[in-house]
Amino acid sequence: MALLDLRDLSVTYKTEEGPVPAVRGVNLSLEPGQTLGLAGESGCGKSTIAISILRLLPSSAKVTGQILFNGEDVLTMKWGRLRAVRWAGASIVFQGALHSLNPVQTIGRQITEPILLHDPGVTKDAAARRVAALLGQVGLPVARADGYPHELSGGQKQRVMIAMALACSPNLIIADEPTTALDVMIQAQVLNLITDLAAERGIGMIMISHDLSVLSATCQRLAVMYAGRIVEEGPAHEVFTDARHPYAEALAWAFPIIGDTRTRMSPRGLPGDPPDPAALPSGCSFHPRCAVVQPQCSTRNMELWPAGDGRSAACVRVLPDGAAEPAVRVVEQEIHQPAEAGDLT
Amino acid sequence: MTSQGEVAAGGSRAPILSAVDVRVTFPGRGFRGAAATAVDGVNLDIAPGEIVALVGESGCGKTTLARTMLGLERPTGGEVRFAGRALSYRSMALRSYRRSAQLILQDPSGSLNPRLTVYEAVAEGVRIHRLHDEESRVADALARCGLRPPERFFQRYPHELSGGQRQRVVIAGALVLEPSVLVADEPVASLDASVRGEILSLLLRLRDQLGLAAMVVTHDLGLAWNIADRLAVMYLGRIVEVGTPEQVFADPRHPYSRALMSVLPESPIEPIVLTREPPDPTRIPSGCRFHPRCPELASGAAAAAGVAERCTGVALPVLPAAGPGDGQVACHLAEARLQALG
Repeated sequence: MALLDLRDLSVTYKTEEGPVPAVRGVNLSLEPGQTLGLAGESGCGKSTIAISILRLLPSSAKVTGQILFNGEDVLTMKWGRLRAVRWAGASIVFQGALHSLNPVQTIGRQITEPILLHDPGVTKDAAARRVAALLGQVGLPVARADGYPHELSGGQKQRVMIAMALACSPNLIIADEPTTALDVMIQAQVLNLITDLAAERGIGMIMISHDLSVLSATCQRLAVMYAGRIVEEGPAHEVFTDARHPYAEALAWAFPIIGDTRTRMSPRGLPGDPPDPAALPSGCSFHPRCAVVQPQCSTRNMELWPAGDGRSAACVRVLPDGAAEPAVRVVEQEIHQPAEAGDLT
Repeated sequence: MTSQGEVAAGGSRAPILSAVDVRVTFPGRGFRGAAATAVDGVNLDIAPGEIVALVGESGCGKTTLARTMLGLERPTGGEVRFAGRALSYRSMALRSYRRSAQLILQDPSGSLNPRLTVYEAVAEGVRIHRLHDEESRVADALARCGLRPPERFFQRYPHELSGGQRQRVVIAGALVLEPSVLVADEPVASLDASVRGEILSLLLRLRDQLGLAAMVVTHDLGLAWNIADRLAVMYLGRIVEVGTPEQVFADPRHPYSRALMSVLPESPIEPIVLTREPPDPTRIPSGCRFHPRCPELASGAAAAAGVAERCTGVALPVLPAAGPGDGQVACHLAEARLQALG
């Protein structure tokens, strides 16, 4: 049985200007011990999915579909059961650890809190021993338990967040941009730590980021979202190096592989802005920004079609009838011509 | 383009902005608080039309160096030279200097006043410097930054713009004074992946069209690969390696640069994850400042080359300002290896 199974999940926020669909029919599943990367621009719905898994959405959000965690639907769970699942079943490492810790409580007390709540039988001493062990696992000196968040660097705070997420031995960890705002070296330390811990204990993990190169290096599978839908899914490295959906491809190019001469002096972006979720374009929601758009893209409904071994993509070009059809226009990209930069290198 | 290409390759023209043995020390706080040496001797030349990326961990002094280059921080030793002349810190002189050197910060939402329209935000500099033709200058700067037609953006407020558009407005605000140098501190760190490339292309285009020089402070090595002519790696207040991105990425000679390159996704080098946090600028280690974290010293490679004692005991000289094209490194081991070869 899958550890987590999202079935046709949709989340719509009610606002004064009318309903705003943030997630529109997402199907995803994660096996125990598997790591999945979820990528996309801000506003594509990736963080909404993360918080919907633990039912942390505001009351203005209307959720449909199913979120099966170990076969149980989180959306219909009783409160008591839900409380048990939060932290002990699945936990979240939020983005911006720098602001998620309570500045007036010691590190140790903050890590102890979920342990005492979820395991009422545990003594204070036993909890303190657990905290010491957890700090050791994330590579922090045990003496830090008596310290306050302001005494720690950004990377150390992120480690504390990870120790908290591990405190009740969950089966699933959701890491929402765990390394944003961290340095390269600290990012490498934190990513190594998360992936090692997940692999050692067979914890399933969903990692959210807009940096495909990081996700490709740390996750087994990768799902790319655009405007509330998954547009491509497959083995992480293949999606990163050989994307089938033009949006996934643009996202992959945004973070260059260093040493790849095609990207030297030639940064690539994606012109235009993501669509307003309240007024989505018809057909494929990416078609107004797409460089290889075809006439059928503005009318045809996209779904995730199979695109090779273990892969799927919501683009007509993966279909036999779409591959042959020529693009109506090639959107002029703001690309710096490599030939022009050639004389500099 | 071609002319700048030649400048970058040949380095025949005098630098537009240079740091000459710049040192910046912040006094310690409280009773017997130790002084922090944020920048500990840096020589750096930026040629007209050249983009130099300065990379390093947080706390390595890169932002302090950038602020010092702009005259926002006064060096406690050495000097900053603009067009060959040392900066004067009298307020009138600084004001006119800031027409020529402009700053772009990381977070466009924080850099823009939410209650000013795009027009007002960009026109502010024009008014401070009492220039003529305000409207045409503003329109021109916005158009250069890809906000076209500019009139459509005049009356918009920052909250009505996307993150990428806001950063374009910030860059337009810097360009409106027709500077010759931009100093950008993490210009794309808070932007979305798809916008990032657009803003970097814009910086490259401005360099080509206007001959702007730029110093880009970042911890994003991909950015350096995307736009920089030269890369300077900074560690604990010093530049430890300089070279073209091709040189430094393909064959990093300083163990610290090597570790930085090795943890990049898709790096061909076996990952070397430095375990400890960067040391404290109030207590700079003796000898080579990197030696307590140096993997070459720990593995015994430095001892095998016979330089281990130098690493822990002999301080390295400040690297001289490198011209475009020649790489430099401040490492006893790299020096010994070079001598063994030659």
